[in-house]
Amino acid sequence: MAIWLNKDSKVIVQGMTGATGMKHTKLMLGDGTNVVGGVNPRKAGQTVDFDGTEVPVFGTVKEAIEKTGANVSVIFVPEKFTKDAVVEAIDAEIPLAVVITEGIAVHDTASFWAYAGKKGNKTRIIGPNCPGIITPGQSNVGIIPGDITKPGRIGLVSKSGTLTYQMMYELRDIGFSTAVGIGGDPIIGTTHIDALAAFQDDPDTDLIVMIGEIGGDAEERAAAFIKENVTKPVVGYVAGFTAPEGKTMGHAGAIVSGSSGTAQAKKEALEAAGVKVGKTPTETAKLAREILAG
Amino acid sequence: MDLFEYQARDLFAKHDVPVLAGEVIDTPEAAREITERLGGKSVVKAQVKVGGRGKAGGVKLAASADEAVARATDILGMDIKGHTVHKVMIAETAPEILEEYYVSFLLDRANRTFLSIASVEGGMEIEEVAATRPEAVAKTPIDAIDGVTPEKAREIVEAAKFPAEVADKVADVLVKLWDTFIKSDALLVEVNPLAKVASGDVIALDGKVSLDDNAEFRHPEFEELHDKAAANPLEAAAKEKGLNYVKLDGEVGIIGNGAGLVMSTLDVVAYAGEKHGNVKPANFLDIGGGASAQVMANGLEIILGDADVRSVFVNVFGGITACDEVANGIVQALKLLEEKGEKVEKPLVVRLDGNNAELGRKILDDADHPLVQRVDTMDGAADKAAELAAAK
Repeated sequence: MAIWLNKDSKVIVQGMTGATGMKHTKLMLGDGTNVVGGVNPRKAGQTVDFDGTEVPVFGTVKEAIEKTGANVSVIFVPEKFTKDAVVEAIDAEIPLAVVITEGIAVHDTASFWAYAGKKGNKTRIIGPNCPGIITPGQSNVGIIPGDITKPGRIGLVSKSGTLTYQMMYELRDIGFSTAVGIGGDPIIGTTHIDALAAFQDDPDTDLIVMIGEIGGDAEERAAAFIKENVTKPVVGYVAGFTAPEGKTMGHAGAIVSGSSGTAQAKKEALEAAGVKVGKTPTETAKLAREILAG
Repeated sequence: MDLFEYQARDLFAKHDVPVLAGEVIDTPEAAREITERLGGKSVVKAQVKVGGRGKAGGVKLAASADEAVARATDILGMDIKGHTVHKVMIAETAPEILEEYYVSFLLDRANRTFLSIASVEGGMEIEEVAATRPEAVAKTPIDAIDGVTPEKAREIVEAAKFPAEVADKVADVLVKLWDTFIKSDALLVEVNPLAKVASGDVIALDGKVSLDDNAEFRHPEFEELHDKAAANPLEAAAKEKGLNYVKLDGEVGIIGNGAGLVMSTLDVVAYAGEKHGNVKPANFLDIGGGASAQVMANGLEIILGDADVRSVFVNVFGGITACDEVANGIVQALKLLEEKGEKVEKPLVVRLDGNNAELGRKILDDADHPLVQRVDTMDGAADKAAELAAAK
């Protein structure tokens, strides 16, 4: 089962022929991802060879879907062109668009998010500024290293890429159903709540690990959602307790504004919803282990 | 990036939001000529990115050019809540103010769109009004694609119950302010107060603007708006090298990859510090995904150049970043600094996991630098780095 991504997913890469797109298409194929095409209007009709796998390049997302039956697009195009790429994916009604690109202007994200809404939300958007989504042993879309862990029964949702990797590594012997990095920008498509709901409904997930960080109130809203809707055990981690007020900590959305968006408030909200929250990634992994051991 | 009031004023003026005349200066004598041009009187306003400057004595009326020079002399160099005043704006004195309103547009993270906030009770902090008289604050969601049309502006004006005689004028300001917001890629544009003056006009008397740094690629003009004087020298040096660095006030230098992991590293070091003389992280530094040896070397140079740093913790989980590159970067950086004649005396604790970790660890072991030690876990390495910082 897993969520949103499985062995039957057919993946196209917008921006495949750029340096980053080439590098990660190769890695995704190596992890067994069914990459069926790339999109670049200037290179339509060509094919790209990845260690013996010939991947065709199409002029548009629409054409790629028509010719291949693709149902996932991963977007690596530079930040200046990302909005247009996402809008194209929405217009083509691809069910899942994973936006890896970082440094996107928030007005562009607000705009493509509003556009998705006007088009009836037929496309689930993950990101931007995210590492992507992996269902170990089945498919890997984005830049998450495919060899950290194996298939298992933990679901993971995280704002941060490297903390996703860290947590997968800590619990590598248990394994994951799906791990999804939702990104650390102020506006993102898929939220903690979307992932929590999907993991709650996924028969292959027994426990959910949720990683948050300073800025906004997504974790507080996720805590309220957990309290009402999630019966599976949830373990949490929040980064940024030592972050000073008013400074952006790497991610565009990671900022404590006045007294809002603090790690402490998020931890308290999660704990009030019955979530066990670890002090460090390692302690968080230990909490997950204890729950799974019964 | 938050703007100074004078920069906000200029931006408003560019988009036809009504403002008073004003010019920024950094020497008192310059106040004379401007005040004369303004008809012999002016307001001298401290330019600091913090609220409450009026109460702190940072805003003064001047009834003559001489007096403007004297007030500018008083205010320049003044300390307002930890911010030194380097610039003052010499502004036209406001006509008689009858009423003060509040209007703003901002990013609404929770609803993934934009928001308008408006109130007929302006002149004070809007958070205060919202807390004490929530019914006086109108919040209206703005669709990111449809934006603020004259009809939408009307809706805001009605929601906030602006008096009929200023409704058209406020609606007009809202449309222009929205234009400022969109065309500048702003995260916030705020006018407080928006004043109704004796002539019946509405004028933006003070404003706050925050711009999206990620939009700089399509705004070359942002470059000039950066407050280079206020930047910490280490932060400025890091920015020049394209590094994502924030100076903090502790003793353990931090380098890591990925914003989340680095934030987490700061926290873990702070916990470890509780057992070691309360040492704390000295900085945030994210070398990013796919960082090369050169980037690592640049980062290390910044950290080692920080006089507050007593030990360094390099915490890398190789996803895109390859640990052998990181290890090479550390070895090269140390060599580079030594060749420059800089004595490196600060111990480095390194933890490498993930992509090519074995290779990276071997490179460090082979280099066998006396100041570098490897610890295999994040918590263990944080503890070691804190211990070393406390011992120094």
